[in-house]
Order: sequence, then structure tokens, then C-alpha cells
Amino acid sequence: MSRATTESLTATGGGRVGDSPQRPDGNLKVRGEFAYSSDLWHEDMLWGATLRSPHPHARIRGLDVGPALAVPGVYAVLTHSDVPGENLYGLEHPDQPVLAGDVVRYQGEPVAIVAADHPETARRAAARVRVDYEVLEPVTDAETALRADAPVLHPTNPDGNLVRHVRIRHGDPAPAADVVVSGEYTVGMQDQAFLGPESGLAVPAEDGGVDLYVATQWLHADQRQVARALGLPAERVRLHLAGVGGAFGAREDLSMQVHACMLALRTGKPVKIVYGREESFFGHVHRHPAVLRYEHGATRDGDLVYVRAEMILDGGAYASTTAAVTGNAATLGAGPYRVPNVHVDCYGVYTNNPPCGAMRGFGAVQACFAYESQMDKLAAALGMSEVDVRVRNAVEQGSVMPTGQVVDSAAPVAELLALVRDRPMPPAPSAPYDLRELPGGVSNTTHGEGVVRGVGYGVGVKNVGFSEGFDDYSTARVRLEVVGGEPVASVHTAAAEVGQGLVTLKAQIARTELGVERVVILPPDTSVGSAGSSSASRQSYVTGGAVRAACEEVRAAVLARAGAGAGLAGGKVVSAGGDVLADLVEVLGGEPVERTVEWRHRPTEALDPSTGKGFAHVQYAFAAHRAVVDVDVELGLVRVVELACAQDVGRAMNPDAVLGQIQGGSAQGLGLAVMEEIQVVDGVVRNPSFTDYLIPTVLDMPTMPIDVLEYADPHAPYGLRGVGEPPTLSSTPAIVAAIRAATGRALTRAPVRPEHIVG
Amino acid sequence: MRVTIEVNGERRTADDVWPGESLLYVLRERLGLPGAKNACEQGECGSCTVYLDDTPVCACLVAAGQAEGRSVRTVEGLAGGDGLDPVQEAFVATGAVQCGFCTPGLIVAAHELVHRDPGATDAEIREALAGNLCRCTGYEKILDAVRLAAAKKAGERA
Ligand code: FES
Ligand code: FES
Repeated sequence: MSRATTESLTATGGGRVGDSPQRPDGNLKVRGEFAYSSDLWHEDMLWGATLRSPHPHARIRGLDVGPALAVPGVYAVLTHSDVPGENLYGLEHPDQPVLAGDVVRYQGEPVAIVAADHPETARRAAARVRVDYEVLEPVTDAETALRADAPVLHPTNPDGNLVRHVRIRHGDPAPAADVVVSGEYTVGMQDQAFLGPESGLAVPAEDGGVDLYVATQWLHADQRQVARALGLPAERVRLHLAGVGGAFGAREDLSMQVHACMLALRTGKPVKIVYGREESFFGHVHRHPAVLRYEHGATRDGDLVYVRAEMILDGGAYASTTAAVTGNAATLGAGPYRVPNVHVDCYGVYTNNPPCGAMRGFGAVQACFAYESQMDKLAAALGMSEVDVRVRNAVEQGSVMPTGQVVDSAAPVAELLALVRDRPMPPAPSAPYDLRELPGGVSNTTHGEGVVRGVGYGVGVKNVGFSEGFDDYSTARVRLEVVGGEPVASVHTAAAEVGQGLVTLKAQIARTELGVERVVILPPDTSVGSAGSSSASRQSYVTGGAVRAACEEVRAAVLARAGAGAGLAGGKVVSAGGDVLADLVEVLGGEPVERTVEWRHRPTEALDPSTGKGFAHVQYAFAAHRAVVDVDVELGLVRVVELACAQDVGRAMNPDAVLGQIQGGSAQGLGLAVMEEIQVVDGVVRNPSFTDYLIPTVLDMPTMPIDVLEYADPHAPYGLRGVGEPPTLSSTPAIVAAIRAATGRALTRAPVRPEHIVG
Repeated sequence: MRVTIEVNGERRTADDVWPGESLLYVLRERLGLPGAKNACEQGECGSCTVYLDDTPVCACLVAAGQAEGRSVRTVEGLAGGDGLDPVQEAFVATGAVQCGFCTPGLIVAAHELVHRDPGATDAEIREALAGNLCRCTGYEKILDAVRLAAAKKAGERA
């Protein structure tokens, strides 16, 4: 292969836990030399393309691949009957065909795949496959889908179109309150919009298996599903992590993995598949659109008495992670507040809309928009400030969540709110106006007339790691040896680096625990045990925990070999007092020490199906935002002026990376607040492009002052708390609240569009 | 068709180019230069930004044939040898790189800005980078990187 993806990274710049060393892949990335999955190349390789259903719901009466096969340059055209193993996959339960058989359930569902010697040839040939569709009425509304007379989309599902119903029953079922506020809120379908498109290269191997180089979040989950679809034992389906251009949940499910392998095995040649941007919108799951009906009751003094909620999450055509998303929305649905009585019904539903699954925030985002909107309503009804009503009810360590779970580490919600509230306000725009600082910008839509400022707050709670009794673990192999006269630690895990900086962190942990300078980070692949997914803000915790545990075992073995000492530092074996006892190079000699450790966080529990009780989450994480906006109330244009955030991260393992996560997560929340939505009409996506699906540019993003708190969680490695997701929760409701404050509009829907402001 | 382009100072030729191929495709798939990225291939993201005769362009919007006989400079050609250009250095130093898929395009755009106007204000930097999407960083550290590189450039000139 001329562009191999399996290079080790050597981290030499120093940096222990708590420092912010430069990324070991940074130089490669800025030089354009880092090999992303779409950059792969192999001599003699073919290109794959996918034919997708134009209909959201149809029966396939016939397929004719003849015209496609006749195109010169085409090597293979495959359909469902060519799937060698089981034609079903899925992260939680397998319900999704690799290639559609007799029915398609969403627009964009893969029907046939082609391999050809040029990508354009492959695409044109795919378009020549003849598919005889009998178009069926799509089920496009989640609540309609739950009615008894709705067509059942998955006849084998015992619950009709219901994927999961989670009930939370906490406290008194019929509580009385002095003040009651209610509302119905909706959240649109958001796309992860990572920049690196779905892509990879499958290389057939001599043993009849395949090597797949791919951008993914979880190599072993892919391996399990691909092997099953190919009808091969897992050890003959070897996955290697190619460079990942962002993930945000969109790479947790399979996209082109099985297709590329099928084409490679059929043609005997390496096959590369790269989705274009339009195809990418059909190639991965999205954030669940949701309808959320809430009622909050409080005493006249502002103490919450109860929360009642009904939430309906549209899971689209296939289950993906809908069940877990439903669990999150339900268990976190009352927010970071002490509420004695909670009654939640949360439904995840099948429809013929695009499949929905993981996206940063994972169910907690939708709930947060609704409960935070409710808290503002409650504040207004009580005549209290929005911050005061939140602070008054904020959870703290020792509080009981609606699941009955006691919050058993820091929960500085009140402090986070106070931090963002007490920041100085940015100055209001004043004459002479710089157009770039007004809503509408250089479109020259206002010179200050009709521009009104608003301020809003949001705070949220997110679980870290996999919940509800999932066996959540990671594996790390650490080796310490002498290379070139210097002690070198190598760290091997299967954890996906998706941009978050886990490569940097693994080296920091190895340096901290083993007292070496030079650390080699081996490329993630399936030759080492599973690391679980790079999702749920969990890798620093779980893979970080595994790397630390493996380092501890290596250190213990080295100290045993040295026959003395309490630790390793600066390349030496040292006593508890720090005295140098031996040189690490001499102790190691020619014999490396290597340990592989599978590490688990403390177990969680399944929810009781009738009450939703249980120790479901290993850790809670909190962030708060204050948004300041200027709104042109005549045109409905919004400029977010400042987005302040405060977050508790337990321990800032890499302070620069922590800021980067908070800034990036806040930006995605801003997108959901004011611009990002996949428009689905009758099951058909209307805006699958960056021309029509807008994500924030540098002109849309305000400055983001940040406060980071570090209250160690005694249960977590180094006391750390997962960082990536909480900022995505609270920035959306804070911004929408600020727009409400500026406009006086009710604004019950995210994203807010200009017509909601002026309509 | 055959296309001959001066790429990063070297004369390069690609044969059997299909007339519909973009400059981006030829760079990435025929000339072994995948540095410029392919995040949208419709002119919306800037990840494919390269210099064409000293002007930054979206390589995905330039037909390969339009580049015939012209000179192209990609992210791979910004620094000499194994080193880093100051703009590249600034991106690494400030933590402006997460997944890095936007980075090559942003670096070319920032390189052009820093050379044209090292005294650019924040508002001007934002305008100059408005065509480059980044999904990971929220742009704060990218702004830090450009400020750092610009300050260095301004210092050189002073
Ligand atoms: S790939 Fe050229 S602008 Fe997006
Ligand atoms: S760093 Fe990932 S898109 Fe910018």
C-alpha cells in the first residue's frame, strides 16, 4: 500500500497529566500528511458506489443489475442476494439490512453496490441498476406510528412501531403545587456534519478474510457486525483505524464497511468507498427529532414539587441506538434539579424517516431544551430571576435523581450558574455601527434599527459512559523497553481517535505513570481487545483508566525486577522519598515488560421497567451557559454576541483539549439553536448539502469565555469527569432563552427560524 | 486527456484524466497529494483550498483542465523540507487542530491572509476565514492560531 494508515505516532515533547502538550499527530495534520480514511490508496484498487432508494417506503418487486454490469470498467454489481452472511446488522439489535431485500424503509437506504475502476464509472453504473419499486405510503409522524392502525414497519418487532418505552415513576403520583407551568417543545433533526466523509478501503487477504481501513468510533463493534454480515469468523475480519475526520456519534453505526468488504472479497481487489457530502447525509444516523410535553409544579417560594413529561423521539426506519437514547432522555429528563415527584414517559419510535441514533448529547440534548425552557417559564410565573429559580432547585452532591440514584460526587450546578451569571456583560453595539457586529452582518440589513439585546441561561446534566448495566470496558496494552539506549513506553488500544485528543492523553498518562519521556502510540486496530466506543464522553475515563491500569501493572513488574523502589520518575527507579535507586535502562536491560489490562468502571444497573429506578449512570457531568444575543426583531435575524460557559471537569487532564471540547460542543449547540435542521418532508430529505444545511461558520460563532472547575470524582481515574457532551446540551436552551428575552416570543422549537421571530 | 500542472514547484503530468475531474481529484487521486480535503466537493466548506497562481481557490470547483499549465501550491508545499511554516506551527501550538480535516484548507486560507495583511483585526480574520468550515473547534483556537501567526509575520516585517 502506498498510503498506509497504520503508522505509530511518537510523542516526545513531554507533558504529564494536567499539562497541555502538543498533539503527536499535529505536525502530520498541519502538513497535510495525516492519512484520513478518504486519503487511502492502493495499487490496483477499485472504487465502490452505492445505489440508494429514492423512496422512504417501498416494496422492491424486482432488481436487474444487467445494465450496470454492462458498463465498461465495472467489476461487480451486488445486491441483497450477494450478502454472504446475515443480511442484518445493528448496534443494539440487528434490524437493518446491509442491502435492502424486499422492502426499503427510508429514503437513501442502500439497495445495490458497484465496484469499478473510476468513482464516476461506479456511480453511473449504480444509477443503471433497474429497481422495480411499488411505492408505499410512508409513516412519517412518530405519534401516528404508535397508533394501533399504523402500518407496522418491522413485523418481527413485538411492540409494533415502538422501539422502547421508558417510564420513570418517582415520589407521589398526584402531587399538588401552587404554581404550574406547562409547554410543548419540539427539536428538529440535527446532523453531526463531521467534515471527513464516510470512507474506507477494504483489502482482501490471503486467508480469505479482509483488512478494512476505516474511520469509525468503535472498531470492535464494526468488526462484530461486519463479520456476521460476511459470514466470516471475527479473526478474519481485521479492522484498522484510518484517520477520522470528526465523528460526534455519526460513525457509531456501520455505513460503507460491509459494502466495501463485499466488493473486495467478490473482486479480489482492494476497494475504496468515499461518500460525497450529499450521500453522507443519507449515510449515517442523525439526532432524534423530538416532541416533548412538560408540566412543572412548584411552591410559591420556587421549590420544584413535580415534573411530568411525555417525550416522543422519532427513531426513523431502524433502531440504531434509539433504545439507549430513550433511556437517557427519560432518566435525565427532569434536569439537574432536585424534584421530589417525577413522572416521565419516553417513547422511541420507528417511522419511515431517516434513521436516528447517536449524536453528541444523546437524548439529553432534546430533554435539556424542554426542561430549561420550562424553568424559564416557571421563573416568569413566580416572578423570580431565571438563575435564582435554577440555583434554588439545583442538585448537589447527595441529591437523589428521579431514578433513585444518589449523586455521589461533586455536582456544583449552583456554582456553575453563578459563574456564568457573574461574568461582565459584553458591550452593546453602538453608533457608528460596524456592520459585522450586527445581526445580518455585511448583508447590510440594519444599521442598528430594530436590534434588541437578550440574555438567557441554560444548564444541563449528561451521563458519562455507557449506562443501564452495560458491560463498559476498555483494553490497553502497555510495553516498556529500551530503544536506542532510552526507556520507551508503547501504548496500544483500539480506541478511536476522532479529533478529541486521546492520542495525546494516552501519552500523558504513560509519562505520568512510568516516568519516561518517549511514548509510542500504536495505531488502533482489532489485534488488541475492545476499547468500546469513542462516544458518551467516555474515552478519557474508560480507556484512560485502562491505560493507567496497564501502566501500573508494568510499573509493579519493573519494581519487582529492580527489587526495590516505590515508583518510576525521570527514567529512574525511585524511593518513596524520591531518591534514585536504579536506572530504568539497566533494570529493563534487553527484556521488555508488557501487560495487557481490561479495565471496567464500577457497574451500573438496568432500570426497573415499571418505575425506572436503578443506579443507571456511572457519572454525571454538568455545564452551564449564558448567551447574549442581538436580534433584528423586524427581520428575525440573530447574532449570538457571546456564549459564556462554565463546566466541572473533575480534573483537567489536558486543559487545552478541555477548552477545545467545550468550545466545539457549545458551537454544535449554537447550530441547533439557530440554524441546523435536516428538513424532512413526507420522509424525503430536502437539504442534503452544506448549501442548504448550514453549520456555524467563524462569523456565526461568538467569543466563548469559559470557567473550568475541577472537583475530583473519587470514583474516576485521576478524578476526571467526561467533558465532550455537556456543553452541547446547555448552549441551545441558553441561546433560545436569550432570543425569547429579546423578542418576547414563546419560541418552543429548536432551531429558531426567522419566521418564528417575525411570524 | 493529459493535464500538466506545476505543483509545489514541480512540473507534474496526469494522464487519462476524465474531463469531469476536478483539480481536487487530480491532486488527491492522480498526483498523490491528498493534503487538500474533500469535505463537500461543492464549494461550501473550504477544506480543499489551494493556491492557484497565488490565489486561494476551492480545488473542488476548478476543473482539472482549467489548471493546465498553471501553478498550484497545496498545504504539502507550504513548508520547506520537514519543517513547518509559521502558520502550521501556530495551528499546532494553539491547539487549533482537533480532527484536522478542516486544517489544510484553513492553513492555506490563513497563510494567504497573514501574508497579505498581518495587521488584520479580529473582524477581518473572521471575514477571511468565513468560507472555511470547522465542525470540531468552535473556531476560538483557530482564531488564536491566526493571531499568533499574524503577530509573528508583523514582527518580521517591523
Ligand atoms: S471540498 Fe471544496 S469547498 Fe468543500
Ligand atoms: S478540526 Fe475537525 S473540522 Fe476542524
